[in-house]
Amino acid sequence: MKKIIMNCSECDAKINIPDDAAVGEIVSCPECGADFEIAKKNGPNVELKPAESVGEDWGE
Amino acid sequence: MSKICIVFDRLRLEEKMLEGQASKMGHDTIVVDAKTSQISTESKKNDIDFGDVVLERCVSYFRGLHFTACLEFLDIPVINRYDVANKCGNKMVTSLLLKKHGVPTPKTYFTFSSEEATNLINKVGFPIVIKPIIGSWGRGILPLRDKDATEAILEMRDISDGSHDRIYYLQEMINRPPRDIRAITVGDQVIAAMYRKSQGDFKTNIALGGDPEICEITKEMEDICIKASKAVGGGILGIDLMEDEKRGLVIHEVNNTVEFKGLARVAKKNIPQEMINFALNQVIK
Repeated sequence: MKKIIMNCSECDAKINIPDDAAVGEIVSCPECGADFEIAKKNGPNVELKPAESVGEDWGE
Repeated sequence: MSKICIVFDRLRLEEKMLEGQASKMGHDTIVVDAKTSQISTESKKNDIDFGDVVLERCVSYFRGLHFTACLEFLDIPVINRYDVANKCGNKMVTSLLLKKHGVPTPKTYFTFSSEEATNLINKVGFPIVIKPIIGSWGRGILPLRDKDATEAILEMRDISDGSHDRIYYLQEMINRPPRDIRAITVGDQVIAAMYRKSQGDFKTNIALGGDPEICEITKEMEDICIKASKAVGGGILGIDLMEDEKRGLVIHEVNNTVEFKGLARVAKKNIPQEMINFALNQVIK
């Protein structure tokens, strides 16, 4: 699968974004573990934003 | 053909499965991020595209609940309805409704101060389980087995300032095998069930790494699950059962935004398809 590579805004490591990833999905930095949400995606152009941290009311 | 809308705040495999299934069945789909939406008292149904029916799938309970209120204001059918989400989101309300409707459920005690929680535990005895009334994935659920640990837990609750921390939900410990059962109800049907085995500790949640294994849907299970679903108002629900050594099946929780990726791996029925079909039946003709 073709991959898009982004840099982690925390540690600058490379984050692979799968080609079929969708807006709203979470990707994690393989080195520092920071979580990012895919904010925009237009072909190979991807914008990431820091993911929300888990809230007390999260779950089912 | 109808248009199915999936409202989310964190896109998980479940939401992608639902969208994929609806598309496969030939329906239009729209996926809406609740975090980037705006609704007002002036909004009208046709101002914003929420399709013909919404599956509310937010991982944040209060976000989803309030978003549902807005959608119902716009006269858009939502699964689950606000009153169902409201009941299922609060373990105390759920326990009261289950008992009121004759659904076998663990004995549960409520106090409204830590002093009275201590008095109650002294009267009922150990072990007893303490649970937060709001929250999922097994967080904050603890078996209390002795006085020292109990005092520490109650003390921690006393110094926290959560809006629900003064409400103490204490439940009898059920003698059961080291597993529980998760059943999914869609309308008046149980569509799948699985055992969730603990990883050697007290909790069995799949979110915590519990191992899914298909569970046969018995008549007893079907009857009490449907009764539980009706008790909270119906819809698409995740029902948690335990096998009490003496009483048989008891229901301890009814979940509003059911996660099913674990169960989908082992279920005979196509879970997303059942859910989409149910949603289509809610479309206002």
